Amino acid sequence: MILEGAARLFGNNIDTDLIIAARYLAETDQTELGKNLFRDLRPNFLNEMKKGDIIVAGNNFGCGSSREHAPLAIKGAGISAVVANSFARIFFRNAINVGLPIFVTSENLDSIEEGNVISVNALEGTLINKTKNKTYKFDPYPDFLLNLVEVGGLFNFTKNRLEAGAKNA
Amino acid sequence: MGKTVAEKIFSKHSNKDVKSGDYTLAKVDIVLVNDITGPLSVMEFQKLGNIKVFDKEKIAIICDHFTPNKDIKSAQNVKMLRNFAKGQNIKHFYEPGHVGIEHVMVPELGLARPGYLIIGADSHTCTYGALNAFSTGVGSTDAGMAMATGDTWFRVPPSFKVEIVGKQKKWISGKDVVLHLIGKIGVEGANYFALEFCGEGLKNLSIDDRFTISNMAIECGGKAGIFNYDSVTEQYLNDLGIKAPDYVEADKDAKYENSITIDLSSLDYTVSLPFSPDNTTNINKLEKTYVDQVVIGSCTNGRISDLRIAAEIISNNRVKDGLRVIVLPGSPKVYLEALREGLIEKFILAGAAVSTPTCGPCLGGHMGILAEDEVCVSTTNRNFIGRMGHPKSKVVLASPAVAAASALTGYITSPEEVI
Repeated sequence: MILEGAARLFGNNIDTDLIIAARYLAETDQTELGKNLFRDLRPNFLNEMKKGDIIVAGNNFGCGSSREHAPLAIKGAGISAVVANSFARIFFRNAINVGLPIFVTSENLDSIEEGNVISVNALEGTLINKTKNKTYKFDPYPDFLLNLVEVGGLFNFTKNRLEAGAKNA
Repeated sequence: MGKTVAEKIFSKHSNKDVKSGDYTLAKVDIVLVNDITGPLSVMEFQKLGNIKVFDKEKIAIICDHFTPNKDIKSAQNVKMLRNFAKGQNIKHFYEPGHVGIEHVMVPELGLARPGYLIIGADSHTCTYGALNAFSTGVGSTDAGMAMATGDTWFRVPPSFKVEIVGKQKKWISGKDVVLHLIGKIGVEGANYFALEFCGEGLKNLSIDDRFTISNMAIECGGKAGIFNYDSVTEQYLNDLGIKAPDYVEADKDAKYENSITIDLSSLDYTVSLPFSPDNTTNINKLEKTYVDQVVIGSCTNGRISDLRIAAEIISNNRVKDGLRVIVLPGSPKVYLEALREGLIEKFILAGAAVSTPTCGPCLGGHMGILAEDEVCVSTTNRNFIGRMGHPKSKVVLASPAVAAASALTGYITSPEEVI
């Protein structure tokens, strides 16, 4: 899987209230949620971004509330992936569960600038800043999570388990 | 090598020996959702086919966030959950009239017990660590799938030991302890860790202090905030009719990846300034900070002892002119106790508004939204940008004692200044 888009830069500790404010949480549809992505933090973000763009963030991305609406809103707005130095743990689970591609790297991403064209190669575990011709490495997924991602997330994982259980019963 | 409390609880629920860093499928004792996260959980569950939940007595659906339903979409969401609960014969479904804030209510119902493994689609599910349970927040899909299977996947966390020593002065509460801790280690100081609270000072922390501390473990990234079991826990559970629970203790040679000691006797009134819970300061170092609104309540501080403290300080006084003071008892049980003790009357006579239990303003839902440039001192748990309303409003997190004292003066105030 290769994803390519313009870098959209966010700093450290981007909380889920900033990603999608609570006043929009009665909504469950990801496209509708996407219309209010980062409403309070960057009111013009949806006009600036294009489909396929990639969020590049620092530490603890997605901290705060457990709302799965946060990765859904990011997906719904058309962001193709999130790269960060670290994720808050519930956001990390949610992103995997809803199929939002996320990547963790311990490399310093400071030289990436807003709008740089970046390309993510999930299989090779690399991120290339095409504008600046610089390559970064991702931390690989642990085997358990790789399996979860490969079957298509927790829903498929669970469905497969239930079907296997029914056959054995 | 000895085991931490977290490793022991996961080993028991995985039916195998696991240690920090292992991935495991573990059985859960309770699956919790609310009116915001529940609809997504149920939608995913229903996509699995026409199946029954794993155990109709081990699922709690608590409609507390936008209830009493604040708008049509919220009402539709609760209607959907109500129908689901009816169709599945789920025992623990609650809405106004019976509903409390989930993390106040779940312990009252006896659904959180020592040694339990609990997941909830709400980040403050870590609250039940106060009762020596491993409880943690997950997403909606996690909860929806666990409703079907009765288990979910975990990475067994490393533990972060918090040793409590000493004795606090009057009015210093669990809120001051946890804000102090978060200020010390930062908002991601315990990311992916289980905090484990121990030490001789625990005896000086009431069960409500402990609920407050465990509740905010998530604000420093904690996956859980587990207290050792002692006579305080035993008394609380006894009063609920729960005898001889299967509590868990860490081994003497358990491995902790990090540790910190908190001396209760050194603590002063602690507040978190905008826009992060770790932006803490002692109240005596604070410039005069005027406020427009005071909120006393939430899953962090909506319990009876919180209301008792607030009422004691506010009693026989009037809240400052021009200030809105909103008190939200955390559950019908708390509300009724407060009513019988005369606390509600004290609040109303002082000029405060008392609401039915709801998460309401804490997350900017309803019942006390802030306008542009307004400042609120609140006993809730988050002061992120726009958390309680307008993106240019501000929230300062504080204890019930500080919030109540501030209600009398109109600026953030130490209780000693008004008593």
